[in-house]
Order: sequence, then structure tokens, then C-alpha cells
Amino acid sequence: MPDGILLEYVPILTLILVGLGIGGVALIAPQLLAPKRPSRRKQLPYESGMIPIGPAQRRFPVKFYLIALLFILFDIEIIFFYPWALQVRSLKTLALVEMGLFVLILLIGYIYAWRKGAFEWER
Amino acid sequence: MAIREGEVQEFTLEQLKHLVSERALRGETVLLNVGPQHPSTHGVLRLLVELDGETIVSVVPDIGYLHTGIEKHCESKTYTKIIPLTDRIDYLSPMSNNLAYVMAVEKLMGVEVPLRAQYIRVILTELQRIASHLVWLGTHALDIAAMSVFLYCFRERELILDIFEMVSGQRMMVSYFRVGGLWRDVPEGFEEAVRAFLKLMPARINEYERLLKRNPLWLQRTKGVGVISPEDAIAWGVTGPSLRGSGVNYDVRKAQPYSSYDHFEFDVPLGENGDVYDRFMVRIEEMRQSLRIIDQALRRLPRGPYITPDRKVTPPPKEELAWSMEALIHHFKFWTEGFSPPPGEVYHAVESPRGEFGVYINSDGSPRPRRVHFRAPSFVNLQALPIMAKGGLVADLVAIIGSIDIVLGEIDR
Amino acid sequence: MAPFLVEAAIKSLILVLLLLTGFAYLTLAERKLIADFQARIGPNRAGPYGLLQPLADAVKLFFKEDFIPEYADRVLFVLAPLITLIPTLLIFAVIPFGPELTLFGYRTRLQLTDVHVGVLYIVAVTSISVYGITLAGWASNNKYALLGGIRASAQMISYELAMGLAIVSVVLTTGTLQVSGIVEAQRNGWLIFLQPVAAVIFFITGLAEIKRAPFDLVEAEQELTAGYLTEYSSMKFALFFMSEYVKMIGFGALMTTFFLGGYLGPFVDLYPGLGVVYFTLKVGFLIFVLIWLRATLPRIRYDQLMSLGWKVLLPLSLANVMGTAVVVALTA
Repeated sequence: MPDGILLEYVPILTLILVGLGIGGVALIAPQLLAPKRPSRRKQLPYESGMIPIGPAQRRFPVKFYLIALLFILFDIEIIFFYPWALQVRSLKTLALVEMGLFVLILLIGYIYAWRKGAFEWER
Repeated sequence: MAIREGEVQEFTLEQLKHLVSERALRGETVLLNVGPQHPSTHGVLRLLVELDGETIVSVVPDIGYLHTGIEKHCESKTYTKIIPLTDRIDYLSPMSNNLAYVMAVEKLMGVEVPLRAQYIRVILTELQRIASHLVWLGTHALDIAAMSVFLYCFRERELILDIFEMVSGQRMMVSYFRVGGLWRDVPEGFEEAVRAFLKLMPARINEYERLLKRNPLWLQRTKGVGVISPEDAIAWGVTGPSLRGSGVNYDVRKAQPYSSYDHFEFDVPLGENGDVYDRFMVRIEEMRQSLRIIDQALRRLPRGPYITPDRKVTPPPKEELAWSMEALIHHFKFWTEGFSPPPGEVYHAVESPRGEFGVYINSDGSPRPRRVHFRAPSFVNLQALPIMAKGGLVADLVAIIGSIDIVLGEIDR
Repeated sequence: MAPFLVEAAIKSLILVLLLLTGFAYLTLAERKLIADFQARIGPNRAGPYGLLQPLADAVKLFFKEDFIPEYADRVLFVLAPLITLIPTLLIFAVIPFGPELTLFGYRTRLQLTDVHVGVLYIVAVTSISVYGITLAGWASNNKYALLGGIRASAQMISYELAMGLAIVSVVLTTGTLQVSGIVEAQRNGWLIFLQPVAAVIFFITGLAEIKRAPFDLVEAEQELTAGYLTEYSSMKFALFFMSEYVKMIGFGALMTTFFLGGYLGPFVDLYPGLGVVYFTLKVGFLIFVLIWLRATLPRIRYDQLMSLGWKVLLPLSLANVMGTAVVVALTA
């Protein structure tokens, strides 16, 4: 096997290609094999057998975006844990103290969000 | 205006503005059709649901997709021939429907029913209640995705349907009760079959209860969901387990005992909070009480005739036709012309598995009723759905519909 | 370079074909098992014990009309199944199915590639497929589908944090980001015994990640008819279906690798081939548990899922990470 750190990602590329191949076959085959008899009614969005009232893509409650924002914040912070997790063995107490401070700040934000009711799903 | 194939009749918000909130007209909320083709509306119920995200702003039930015209049809049938139509009103409890109808006619004509017939009627309608509650439990659990309970319930329901087939020749559309008694006496082996069922069932009910009641997910999904206060429930005319779940003690079997229900000891289980969980517990407990009633009725089942000897409402026994000219003529007249109750009107209610099932008959003295009306408990109970569902989530809606236990055949009649 | 590429291509092809077969028979296994749980027989018409059922299903789906609803976003509608399927397949790229062994005189590893930051790669890849589902819900322009899609993303963000932290605990304990290293580190004892809390959190969040019962709110057929799948038919539907089942296998494989010692087991050093057997058995057992749960549990409501993720699992996994770090730092 040749050296080079990026080379270990080459098999992933081949896997993507194989996946695309399988997916492509699956998407194209019915175009050749399956019948096509479109009609207006068939092509309407399914809404329990009724004709939909108004479009589906509408405004959505801001609540979803709020949770999504919180997620992004926390998720980025969790990524910092990975390199730290590898180094705890060598850095010992220093790593503990530093991460302790980091988590403390994280917790303040978390408790603030909790108290603000960000995790309450209004019913 | 008839709609041809391929043509699409679209609704605009403008046409629905009397049903939805201001916010829907401004496009802030979404109008979603749940049903008629939806897995959890228990038939062909359509709900127009206004959603804010996933929170329900309002629910408007729309019925009529299963209209069969049974009430109108009754006006062109003789009194005896209406019985098979009543099976098809609430197709999950034909015995109760039969009972309500024949008892209304009996009341109208003042017919006495032999005690044996009354007891057998009690046994069969209570079995029917269990069968219906089993379908309810199975589908309700399935709606909340506890899918295995569904098939366990149907397994036990089969046993009841086998008993029905034994007595009436039919599993579902039994038409077994007649004005004045029963179609025929119960066959040999009936008592053994019911006893075997009584022996098996308590353990099975415990099993269902364990499967669900000890499951924290089930509790989360049902407790505090779809609450209706006793006042609201009474105001909207809710009856049956849905009313008793709110703690109102009203059971037609106790309030206006019929068919010797006062001979038997049983409790009326009541809920406290009026939520989905309480309605669930009430029905589970009702199955146990039904077993108790059946057990008592079976123990004390008297011997004697299974139908009144009153020839006005009963055809002559078959063997008499061989030697009696009068009997033959009477038989012919009975089946072609039917019998004529006195003019007047009558209402009789029974406690069907879903609530107070009432039959109103208006007679003009002819062999056919002038008007028959059925007070269908599902129809009335459904009215409470918008109150229960308001402010809940889409997932709650499904649980609530299941907990009201509606049968669309009964709603649309 | 060329033999390396050929090896990678052959391995990829074999891997995907294995997964396809696994998917096909997993559908049958699930139907058969659930039938058993429910006192039914299950599919038994196509072939003995219904063994040809997956084939019959595939043929049926190939010949089904494949239509796109009128108001749909056509490009996204077609792309969404692929966006869901491919990341799902990618999970398997770094999973070691067995130890190094000699096949046809050729020394090879039963792993597509042993990326140095394999764990990070897994965390990244598993999050991508939710895009496909959300996009499918959006592109269908159907209210049920959109609700399903929104649920998918809301669900993803509620459990992913706890899942990430559970994996951090694994990294802390083993001290490596390389997947094969994690397996080898478990020679002295499976991580499920060292990290029981992380294992439980990973299991629960994993269930939510692959959208299996009781977290299958995304397609909750009793509520949303079929959720994001509502408008999909024919092979586009099959692709979603496939990725769902491949995800089940993927979940089993990840759980096995992280917590159940991967391919390790008695005599695996003497007979490397046994590693594959152990691995398959462990994954099979986990999949059995998944099916068992589906037959038993009711569905959680989606606000309950959110509060479970944010208020219970997240603090719990954070505490677990810090506790583990203290132990690791003090004993290192």
C-alpha cells in the first residue's frame, strides 16, 4: 500500500462511486421498466384522499430554528472534546483543569438556556 | 355538480373561513386534512386540522363518508326485517344494537320476554362489549405504535366471534335477537364455550394491562392527554366509557336497568382526570366487570322458553305448520305482512360498548315504522374531540381519537 | 497505485453487495420475527419459509410506476434518496469486520480503510443522511412529508449531542481515534463493562439516529401516514427503505465495534476467520434487539424525545465524560 495520509481516503471514494452506481441503477431502471400513466389526480400531493388546501411549504414556527441554533452551538463545542480526549493521558491534571473550566462555561450557557425555557416544547 | 374523472375540485381558504381561525387566513397556520384515507381515523372520518407547527389550533370533524341510509331504509321494512339492518349500524357491537332495537319494539307493543331469553341476551351483549373493547384496545395501542397488543386482542376476540357463530350462524352480523326473545335457543356446547372463555380471559386482560400500564412510554403518551372535564363531557352529551373516564357515574345498565341487569352485581369503573389514560383504564376494568356479569348470568341461567309465546310477534313453531292450517296461514301472514304495533312513539336506550345507544321508533299503526332514529353514541362523543384535542400535538390527536372509540358506521348510519 | 485502486474498488463492491443482501434478508427477518412476536406466521408464500420474498418485493418495486408529484421540487425529490443512501453506506468504510488475515495468499485487512481519525469520520458521516430525509420532506411539498422532515431534523439535533459525548467517552478510554485501535483496545475487556453509561446512551441515541421504534416519529404511519416517504414510490422508495435497513446494520456494527469488542472473541488470534463470525453474531443479536423493541414499545411523542435528549441524555453524557476523564488522567 502506498504511503500518504490522504490515500487512506481513496477507498471511501470508490465506495461513494459504487453507491452512486447502485443508486443510479435504482433510479433509472423504473424509468425503463415501469408503466407511466400520469393523471392530474394522481400527481396531487397525498393528503388523506383530500385535495390539499394551500401549499405545504409555509412559514414554520421559530421554535425549530431556536433549537437548531442551540444545537449548532453545543455541537461545535463537543467537537473540541475529541482532540482533548486523546491528550488527557499525557497532559493529565492540566487537561482536567482546562476542560473543567470549559465545561463550566458550557454549563452556564446550558443552565441559562434551560431557565429561559429553550427546551420546553410549548404545547 | 358531478365531478368527472381527472377533474379536480379545489377548495380555497375563502370557502372554509367559517371553520378556521384568522391566522389560517393570513397563512400563519397550516390546514391539514387527516382522513378520510388515514390509518388512524378508524374508518372514513375526515378531520380538518389547523396546525401551528405541530400544535393543534383547532379540529373540525367532517362526517358522512360512510353514509348508508339505514334509518331511511328502516321505513320500508317490516319490524322483524329491520333487525339485520341494526347489525350494520355499529358493526363492532351488533348484539347491543339488536338488543336496543328489539327492546324498543317490545316496549311499544308491551311484550313480555322470558327470563331465559333476557339472561342469554345479557350474556351475549356483555361478550359483545368485551369483543368491542378488544378491538378498541388493539387499535388504540396500534395508534400509539404498540403493535403487538393489536394481534393479541384479535386473537381473543376470535373466541367470542366463535361463540357468536355457534349461536347465530354468523360471526359479526348476528341478528340473533328477535322481538319477544331470541331466534332460537342456544345450542349445546354454548355454556362450555362461554365457561372456557371466562376461565381464560382474566389472565389475558391482566397481560394486556401489564404490557401497557407498566410501560413508561405508554404512560407518557396517555396521561394528561386529551383531558375533558366532567362538565364539558355532560354538556356535549358524551356517554359511555368516555364519560365515565371523567368521573361521571352514568351507566344505562345501572341508571335504567333493562333486560334483568338489576339481577346482577357489578361495579361501574370510573376515572378521575378524564384523560386518555383514564378512559383506557375504565375500559380495561369494564371488561373485567363484563366477565363478572357473564359469570353470574351463566350460573343462574334459568330453563324455559327462549321466546315469548305471544303469536302476535312470534311466528308459529315449525312443527305446527305440518298439521295446523291456521298456523300455516299465520306463518305466511307473519312473514309477508309482518305485525303492526299500536300507533305511538317509543325510545329505548341500552349501554352499548360506546355509550348510550338509543332507538326511537314512531309507529303509525302499520306494519312498517313511520320513522326510526338511532341515537348513536359515537356520533355524540365525536363532538367532544375538538375540545380534547385543542392545544395538543398531532401525535396526541391520534391517541385521543383512539380513546373515544368511534365507529364510523354508527356515526353516519 | 493501480493494484491499490483495484483492491479498493473490489472491496467496495463486495461490501455494497453484502450490504444489499443483508438489507434484503433483514426485511424478511424483521417480518418473520415480528410475526412470531405477534403470534402470526409472516410471509411464507414466496419460496420455502418465504425466503424468496425479498426478491419478489424487489421485482415488484422495479415495475411500479415511479411518479413525481406535481408541486414537488423535482431535482431535490430525485436527489434526496441518494443523499440518504450514500452516507449510510459510507459508515461501513471504516468498520473492521475481522482481524488481518491472509486470503488467497494475499495479506489483507477486513476493513475498507483504516482512517486515522475514523471516529470523527463516523460522527461526520452519520449526521449527513438526515439531510436527505429533511430534503425529501421539503421537496415533496406535502404536509405530512414536511412534518416528517422537520421532525427528522429536530430529532437529529436532540440526540446527536449526547451521542457525540458518548463516543468521546470511548475515545477517552481507548486513547485513539482509529477504529481498529478501539477494537484492539478491548482485548482486555469489552467497553460495555468499562463504560456502561456511555453504552446505554449510545444505544438510545443510536435508536433515535436510525429512527427505529420507539423513535420512529419521522415516518409514524399512524400520525403522518408515512412521513417523509408519503410521496415516494417505486425504487426511490426502495432506496430510502434500503438506507433505513442498512442503517440498522450500521448501528449494530458501530455498537459492536465501540462497546462489544468488535470482531474479538475466543481463539480469534489462532483462526482470524472466526472474527467475522463473532462480528456477525454480535451485530445479529443487536438487530434482533431492535426488532424486539419495535414489536413491543409504543412510540414516544416528539416533545418528549426532545426533552429526553436535552434534559436527560446531554447532562448525563457530559457527566460521564468528565468522570471518565478524571479516572483516565489520574490512572495514566
